[in-house]
Amino acid sequence: MAKESFFSSSIGRKLIVGLTGLFLISFLVIHVGINALILLNDNGETFNAAAHFMSHFWLIRILEIGLLVGILIHIALTIRLTIENRSKRPVQYAVSAGNANSKWYSRSMGVLGSLLLLFLVVHMSDFWWATKKALYITKEADNPYEQIITTLSNPIFLVIYVIGVFSLGFHLLHGFPSAFQSLGLNHKKYTPIIKAVGTAFSIVVPGLFAIIALAVFFGLVQ
Amino acid sequence: MALNSKIPQGDIDKKWSNYKGHVKLVNPANKRKLEIIVVGTGLAGASAAATLGELGYKVKVFCFQDSPRRAHSIAAQGGINAAKNYQNDGDSVYRLFYDTIKGGDYRAREANVHRLAEVSVNIIDQCVAQGVPFAREYGGYLDNRSFGGVQVKRTFYAAGQTGQQLLLGAYSALERQVALGSVKQYTRHEMLDVVEIDGKARGIIARDLITGKLERHFGHAVVLCTGGYGNVFYLSTNAMGSNVTAAWKAHKKGAFFGNPCFTQIHPTCIPVSGDHQSKLTLMSESLRNDGRIWVPKNKDEKRKANDIPEEERDYYLERRYPAFGNLVPRDVASRAAKERCDAGYGVGTTKQAVYLDFRYNLINKYGRAEASKLGIENPDEATLVKLGKEVVKEQYGNLFDMYEKITGENPYEVPMRIYPAVHYTMGGLWVDYELMTSVKGLYALGECNFSDHGANRLGASALMQGLADGYFVIPYTIGNYLADEIATKPISTDSKEFLDAEKAVADRITTLMSIKGTKSVESFHKRLGKIMWDKCGMARNEKGLTEAIAEIQALRKEFWKDVKIPGGINEFNPELDKAGRVADFLELGELMCRDALDRKESCGGHFREESQTEEGEAQRDDENFKFVSAWEYKGESEWVLNKEDLIYENIKIAARSYK
Amino acid sequence: MEHYNMNLTLKVWRQKNSNDKGGLETYQVKNISSEMSFLEMFDVLNEQLISEDKDPIAFDHDCREGICGMCSMYINGRPHGPWHATTTCQLHMRAFKDGDTIVVEPWRAKAFPVIKDLVVDRAAFDRIIQAGGYVSVNTGVTVDANATPIPKSDADKSFAAAACIGCGACVAACKNSSAMLFVSAKVSQFALLPQGQAERESRVLDMVAQMDKEGFGSCTNTGACEAECPKEISLENIARLNREFAAASLSSEE
Repeated sequence: MAKESFFSSSIGRKLIVGLTGLFLISFLVIHVGINALILLNDNGETFNAAAHFMSHFWLIRILEIGLLVGILIHIALTIRLTIENRSKRPVQYAVSAGNANSKWYSRSMGVLGSLLLLFLVVHMSDFWWATKKALYITKEADNPYEQIITTLSNPIFLVIYVIGVFSLGFHLLHGFPSAFQSLGLNHKKYTPIIKAVGTAFSIVVPGLFAIIALAVFFGLVQ
Repeated sequence: MALNSKIPQGDIDKKWSNYKGHVKLVNPANKRKLEIIVVGTGLAGASAAATLGELGYKVKVFCFQDSPRRAHSIAAQGGINAAKNYQNDGDSVYRLFYDTIKGGDYRAREANVHRLAEVSVNIIDQCVAQGVPFAREYGGYLDNRSFGGVQVKRTFYAAGQTGQQLLLGAYSALERQVALGSVKQYTRHEMLDVVEIDGKARGIIARDLITGKLERHFGHAVVLCTGGYGNVFYLSTNAMGSNVTAAWKAHKKGAFFGNPCFTQIHPTCIPVSGDHQSKLTLMSESLRNDGRIWVPKNKDEKRKANDIPEEERDYYLERRYPAFGNLVPRDVASRAAKERCDAGYGVGTTKQAVYLDFRYNLINKYGRAEASKLGIENPDEATLVKLGKEVVKEQYGNLFDMYEKITGENPYEVPMRIYPAVHYTMGGLWVDYELMTSVKGLYALGECNFSDHGANRLGASALMQGLADGYFVIPYTIGNYLADEIATKPISTDSKEFLDAEKAVADRITTLMSIKGTKSVESFHKRLGKIMWDKCGMARNEKGLTEAIAEIQALRKEFWKDVKIPGGINEFNPELDKAGRVADFLELGELMCRDALDRKESCGGHFREESQTEEGEAQRDDENFKFVSAWEYKGESEWVLNKEDLIYENIKIAARSYK
Repeated sequence: MEHYNMNLTLKVWRQKNSNDKGGLETYQVKNISSEMSFLEMFDVLNEQLISEDKDPIAFDHDCREGICGMCSMYINGRPHGPWHATTTCQLHMRAFKDGDTIVVEPWRAKAFPVIKDLVVDRAAFDRIIQAGGYVSVNTGVTVDANATPIPKSDADKSFAAAACIGCGACVAACKNSSAMLFVSAKVSQFALLPQGQAERESRVLDMVAQMDKEGFGSCTNTGACEAECPKEISLENIARLNREFAAASLSSEE
């Protein structure tokens, strides 16, 4: 029988989605860690220093490209999978009791991911692009801390930010353990631990992002 | 007509190896030119089709279900026997042979049964090699359990789903051959006639159940593996689709029907709950390993089972049959349950049930063993119940769950209510030692034939026979016939015989559809079932059987005048499929009653009230009835009885006692 | 347990054949006993339809004891209805109460086309097995069954996977119409046994390729299949399938 290539097979593609997902999760740890420095309330000094390191250290800049590629692969594959999967049921059920057998967020990864993508576009143009512009085009010394304070003081951006964080939380709640399952890691003893860590991660990381944003908005961080 | 059973000469334990050593062979190049049709994909059919495909024959396999894996062998629960003697408890090929003959109440053919016992060991090897996940002990070796009518542990099992695992093994072997191109598979196809040319079976007429179209298929030989006919009783443990049609068409084309009245009523089934009942569900015989069967000693007992004290319970099997107790063979256990219920001691709302109670062994056997493992001294009853439940759950969990779903009662807490139900038919197409029917080139395997179980089948022996026939017998015996057919070119399915057979089938369907009467197929089936159960069921007598014959004839007439079949011919029409099957049952039912009437003795599952001992045990009459009844079809309601005398050279026949 | 009778409204998918568009039809049934099985309730409805000169509803069923895998109704939005680990034929009317409305649809998947009413074509499952769901051993091996001891835990896990009845509820329940639970159960059964080792790699590659070819969706780990499986086949099997596939794919020379 003609073998499928790994990358065209349904399982191979899922595996890559899982791997890229875990890679993106590891980035989140760093991102949230640096953002949390804002809470030191030292007028952004530590935070700006860390941000400066991140945008100038050569290794990080190489990794950044990897991150971008990871995001693009993750998005491209999941969009394709979602469209393909939709086509596998040409006639829909009249009645479907999905909540009886699965979680709403597990069934809504496409929607949550899309929300996340929208947020990401806004987020990147606000922060990432500003940093890059300062770095390569205007060659001015940038102040990401100032940038954050300005942006998040705007209630519209705050709402977008909170929606993004909310989507991230539920995306992770499914995505974190799901990535391990896709990689074939399911074990009586360890899977409950992975699930617990995943749940904690999905609450703590987006929670921190949200707390920072709210702290800025309500002027708790000056 | 004289019956030639073609039993090989020589000592019983040498017959099969001698036969194999001298049988005609077909060389591989010729096998590719020979076509074989296999009908049915249960254990016998799937294993036969797969093995014949492996040998290089061109095989076509047919089943009416949507996949071969659905055949009703899948529902067998308890296990499969084999004389492996892994338990070192004194088992041997001879003992399995002896137990089967005795269990069958000395109405089976010695040579066939001995061969069955011989190949039983190969079956287990084969299945394990296929990846069938049998139950194992902690050391990694195969586990065994005990079954009724036997004093050794020789039953291999996979929880309560042994039939499923064995069938999936055979099915996977079959699908492998389909992938290799040696077997062509026709699902949702029903065989509606055998085509005979110059006295030999040369093909079949099949109907595609999706389109309703008739098809003609040629084969140098035709192998029927179409199961039993228990559904003639309407209510049975058979699947809804199980039917006699293929075997019946063969019978009408000249294949003799052997011992049609030998039906097995299984003692442990969930009782009927109302008129709506469409089928009955078995609770595996393995439950009798640990369940004790009883009824109250008081006739009008109103208390709940658990409130009836020990001394007011009648453990009637242990009382009547102390040596085998709750593990007496099925026919004995069924009759004993019926006797108690008829005498007015039955339980439940219908009074047609007895208790199967696990509490004693749950506490005393499993609870105590677990407690001592855990080092608990003087455990109280609650602890024992708790510990025992865990073990019982592991052994029978799926059966207990099934019981609870059906009845709404929790069998861990209250005893099960059970009652006998039609389960298996020992009778079937008469075959010789080579499994060939009285039509040349037409074979019958598994439950479809009559051959190995005499008048009563022992538990866990049906799976053994189906696989023995399919994996290890037919591959040899069919060669002996086909070796002389290598010069026969495939016959065109446009030949007169094929066209005539197809026309006859088409005409019958048209006739059925044009009746446009007022009563549904189901209603006729129910009425037939009631006649059969009341008059040709667990107890039979001359008066009842004579009445039954007349009633069935009248019902058949009414059917052909007044049946109502909706829908059309050339479409997916389950009602039409069912109508054809019920029409055949209406003919078979009459033959069963005739056979039962003719056999004035009691033996195995066939209990003639006129022939019983003073204690109410079955009374065999070896002088007058030590033969196989092989009925030859002559026309509507007309049969000629041919007798094959049973000769016992190796087993001394005796009264069958389990006391 | 108290017995009771009930009157019900049924909305059932009717479709004359695979080319017909089909739609839901409403029926009333009366005096249904709580002791009946769901399919016996359908028997009553069909007898009623026949007596009214209407076409009875076609539905697949055979053993009616939860093991053949033939029955396949999507009841009130769930494959095999509301009871856990239960096939449609084992679902009893006790699960419903007087006045309920029950919606019954066929399995919905591109790979399971409707034949008529509630009957679908599941031949895709047979073809997946044909692709490699077996141990290639001809009849007549002479190795004694006890020659190779198999750890009880492996044998038990293998059996738990092999308990799959091939009904297709996993596909019906999955929002992607994925057959991963079915395929993983068969791959696991053999991957866990010494007998399955020789073809371990080719089996998983071939079966997954066939699964993809048949038009089933891919797995997004929602867990709906496991929750609805009448035989409680575990998601662990899907993880094992992923593992087996990745290992085989990476080491494959093709």
